[in-house]
Amino acid sequence: MEGRLRILLLSALCMPCLWSAAALAAEDSTDQVAEQQVAEQQVIQPQIDRREVGIDEIDSEDFEVSVFGGLFSAEDFGTNAVIGARVAYHVTEGIFFEATYGRSTTTETSYERLSGGAPLLTDEERILSYYNVSLGYNLLPGETFVSRNWAFRSALYVIGGAGSTTFAGDDRFTINFGVGYRFLATDWLAIHLDMRDHVFDIDLLGDNKTVHNLETTAGLSIFF
Amino acid sequence: MIVRTRQAISTLPWIALLMLLLAAAPAQATEEYALLQVADPFIELHTGPGAGYPVFHVVDRADFIEVLKRKTDWFKVRTPDGKRGWVARTQLEKTLTTSGESTHLKEPALGDFSQRRWEFGLLGGVFNNAPQISIYGGYAFNENLSAELSASQVLGDYSSSYLFNVNLLSQPFPRWRVSPFFSLGGGYLSTQPRTTLVPPEDRNDFTAHVGLGLRTWLSRRFVLRAEFNRYITFSSDDNNEEFKEWKAGFAFFF
Repeated sequence: MEGRLRILLLSALCMPCLWSAAALAAEDSTDQVAEQQVAEQQVIQPQIDRREVGIDEIDSEDFEVSVFGGLFSAEDFGTNAVIGARVAYHVTEGIFFEATYGRSTTTETSYERLSGGAPLLTDEERILSYYNVSLGYNLLPGETFVSRNWAFRSALYVIGGAGSTTFAGDDRFTINFGVGYRFLATDWLAIHLDMRDHVFDIDLLGDNKTVHNLETTAGLSIFF
Repeated sequence: MIVRTRQAISTLPWIALLMLLLAAAPAQATEEYALLQVADPFIELHTGPGAGYPVFHVVDRADFIEVLKRKTDWFKVRTPDGKRGWVARTQLEKTLTTSGESTHLKEPALGDFSQRRWEFGLLGGVFNNAPQISIYGGYAFNENLSAELSASQVLGDYSSSYLFNVNLLSQPFPRWRVSPFFSLGGGYLSTQPRTTLVPPEDRNDFTAHVGLGLRTWLSRRFVLRAEFNRYITFSSDDNNEEFKEWKAGFAFFF
């Protein structure tokens, strides 16, 4: 009898404790749910509202346009100013394709000057213009160090191709080859120094002869 | 003097273009960039877009990088602490996007070539034993049939010619790595004899041609192409001539 009473009393005493424990547990779980909800909300709505930019929308800079000027030495017809433009497409880090157009006004041959006779060419025929398409290879890519704190990317490249030269009234198949130096002032702006040889056959003075025309130019290019 | 002025005028559009580009360039600074999380143990940042440029920094796993721009197969990235360097494409593919998916770079592949719509190319070769250069553009109606326009300059010893063609191309096996094609078309050949030779008489004739060739996908958007054509010119003096043409070159497609 006494034992039974003790159990009853004890259980009566424990009840509030159990209740409070249960309540605490319940409170804990509601806290967890709330935390989870907050966490979920954070996943769905990040506090920093960032616009998704796809990796395929990245601006690529593989095309290059440039203008150049320099000297063109037309065999027998003097060394004269040349101006032109180029468009290049960079396929890999090493290989690029380039299309060029250039124009120069040649001067009299020594023979014309000394003999004082009739000129060999009309004024229009003296204008030399060429176009070509070439394949280039960045043979020595690297960096150019300007003072202690500045490093600029640069490359020495070899280039060669074929095209046509309009001179002395005819179009002539022309092979060109040479070397160039590209100095990147920024990622999108470059300075070029180029040396090219333009080789074609000319039959102006009777015999067909192969002439080498050396061209030295400096240019400014933009990547886009 | 007039020629000089003309030269100066012809450079004006270029200078204008240059200034336009210079003005447009700083606007890119405010753009937002793709954000990627490094998934490999680390990725390497090079000082330039090439394998030869030295590695100057590594970004650890779980760190974020912003992708600023691309040059060929190299990507310029920025780390949260402001370091900028170039990452190779193969390494950039081992990152995760902000939504947790692995980064996938869309690159044209062999399969895309058979699905192409536009194709442009540049070919060099021999036309009737004289060197020639030609450009062409084509539109594909479906995998097998396409139409092309081409312009060529033939630079012979005795004359120089321009040749304009309209082609219809049939590619019976478009999914082969090296895919043959057959062409049929007509054109216009304009020949100018060299001024140093007599008689200085221009000739303009219509032509027809048949040909066959091969195309092979090279990489990315590039294809190599080689072809052989047989031409017949319809001369005004009823003395038709036949020419052979070989040419090869490269093309890119969209």
